[in-house]
Amino acid sequence: MDNKATILNLTEEEFVHPGNRACSGCGLSIVYRIGLKALGKNTVLVVPPSCLTVMQGLYPVASTKIPCVNVTFASTGAAASGVRGAMKALKKDGVNVVAWAGDGGTGDIGIQALSGACERGEDIIYICYDNEAYMNTGIQRSGTTPQGVLTTTTPIRGKLQEKKDIPAIIAAHGIGYVATASAAFPLDLYEKVKKATTLSGPRYIHVHTPCPPGWNFATRYTIKVGKLAVETGLFDLYEIEDGRLTLTGPSKRLLGKKRKPVKEYFDVQGRFKSLDPELVETLQGRIDAKWENYNDQQQQ
Amino acid sequence: MYMIESGNVAAATGVQLARTQVIAAYPITPQTPLTEKLSEFVESGVLDAQYIPVESEHSAMAVCIAASTAGARAFTATSANGLLYMHEQLHWAVGARLPLVMCVANRGVGAPWTVWNDQQDSMSQRDVGWIQLYANDHQQIIDTTIKAFRLAQTVSIPVMVCYDGYLLSHTYMPFDKPDQEKVDAFLPPFTPRHFLDPEDPGNFNTVTLPDIRPGVDGTIEPGYMEIRHNLHQELREAIEVYQEIDREYQEQFGRGGTPLVEEYRCDDADYVAVCIGSLSYQFRDVIDLMREKGAKVGVMGIQMYRPFPDQAIVAALADRKGVIVFEKALSYGNQGPLYGDIKSALYSCEKKPALSNYILGLGGREIKTSQLIDALTEACAGQAAEDAPRWIGLKL
Repeated sequence: MDNKATILNLTEEEFVHPGNRACSGCGLSIVYRIGLKALGKNTVLVVPPSCLTVMQGLYPVASTKIPCVNVTFASTGAAASGVRGAMKALKKDGVNVVAWAGDGGTGDIGIQALSGACERGEDIIYICYDNEAYMNTGIQRSGTTPQGVLTTTTPIRGKLQEKKDIPAIIAAHGIGYVATASAAFPLDLYEKVKKATTLSGPRYIHVHTPCPPGWNFATRYTIKVGKLAVETGLFDLYEIEDGRLTLTGPSKRLLGKKRKPVKEYFDVQGRFKSLDPELVETLQGRIDAKWENYNDQQQQ
Repeated sequence: MYMIESGNVAAATGVQLARTQVIAAYPITPQTPLTEKLSEFVESGVLDAQYIPVESEHSAMAVCIAASTAGARAFTATSANGLLYMHEQLHWAVGARLPLVMCVANRGVGAPWTVWNDQQDSMSQRDVGWIQLYANDHQQIIDTTIKAFRLAQTVSIPVMVCYDGYLLSHTYMPFDKPDQEKVDAFLPPFTPRHFLDPEDPGNFNTVTLPDIRPGVDGTIEPGYMEIRHNLHQELREAIEVYQEIDREYQEQFGRGGTPLVEEYRCDDADYVAVCIGSLSYQFRDVIDLMREKGAKVGVMGIQMYRPFPDQAIVAALADRKGVIVFEKALSYGNQGPLYGDIKSALYSCEKKPALSNYILGLGGREIKTSQLIDALTEACAGQAAEDAPRWIGLKL
């Protein structure tokens, strides 16, 4: 990127109308607004059932000024392939074909179709907004819910298993561009989506997306919570190109530095309130080990 | 041009002549050679299309749904469990009113596994809202496939072209391949009114409320139920539309004339056997043999099963002494699905024919002419007129 994205040089054109059906403080509404600015008008969206389906509005009203086809839950990656297939058949060039799905739609029910699209090398951008549970149906656990989190299907002890690492699974397909981003760092997100539009083949961006009702924090703290996830080194912002992982922006600045303890992140959210101190220590240990590895790689 | 080829290649040739633009398929026996042929057509440049080798049937239909929404003519094909795996997507495609065409090489469904022919796969999808056409030989497979594309885009409803696995999919027969120019004249390009267009953005298949609702400009738009009512009405109208399309096809290509049902020696028949698919042609020998002995029998093959052409069926069957329905499918715990439909259609007749139902050929069980003669003779003698289906060919 020649020009770094700043709040001043973002395009003024809005593709999401105000008055949509997102909850107050919704992290997705930030990700969606900024992501669409980066994608621009010449875009077609493919969306499975998710909060976004509802956020976009109920027939006959739609809040998005980008054409969108709503598809079945398990089919997003394949449906995006179908849109691209039609664009090729109809000789329409220069359109961004973008699948936009939640973490359940991506890493659980939708992973087969996404894996197929990656393996085939489909010319699509896939954006996963990860709010770490099935939020649209009312906060049930997903494969991407972190360990220890209370959900409506892990109501007492919290989730017993670890979070599934979807970006790593997608990167293992050997596709050209995999990135992570956060709703709390919209300019970093903007730059990554923008960069994706300049590339071809399958491109995957995984966006950490705080959810006030699902994570049980006050609606004014969306950015604060999202930032803490990054600043504690729990969720890392990176790009993977040619098999090489590079930390970006706020995560890169953490290299060799002392990070905030992850307990700070847990303490501001109700969903972690059943975590016992032992598990907090274990989780902190995993983060420390991961960053030791990052620091070692950086020195090489 | 005459060809001697398999039923699957007849279907692939129809798809090629229709200038299909996007093809997605997952191989399943006995559909596989159709998929292989289409990939060959695309790779060799015979057909200018995108061939997307998806990882599942669910995704095959997803590709077709999305490609059609984006404005391309799309096709897939499957059999048995592949069709069942698509079930959710079949509902989606028809709810989205997309003019897809899909061939189904009919096969029994598991468990236990069977790869052989019956019609449980497509019959179990009868209520999804797709149009279902059945072909009885290779010529009908290629002709019906071409007509299906025209029908689908005329009524904006997807069409399933079904033919018996192995019996038709893998056997070789001569058939005429229509001229490309004549097919082009018969089947205009797909030009949808609404498609995924950045210049005119729309949100397709949005969440729709139970009640009607005004749009931003105040126009009252339909609720879910109005949308579904429209689908049903237009499916019913598709019976007439398909007859017109078939008439035009007959004028252009000299074949057709039996778009809804195909009767054989039914004119003066007291008893009519009714079935679907290639069995109706196998039955012609049975009818000839029984006619030689003086029995006034005929056979009627159902060519359009959904929408159900009840008026044509009532007209054909109302004054018979008996109607005997032979089926390679079953609504388990009840009776044959076609039998139930025919009984329902004939309920309004003043003079009701005696009805009976036979289940046969499940999972590829051989169907012998002698068995059909015995069953039809038994039914003609009034010994089988009851609701519980009788089974032909059970050995234990």
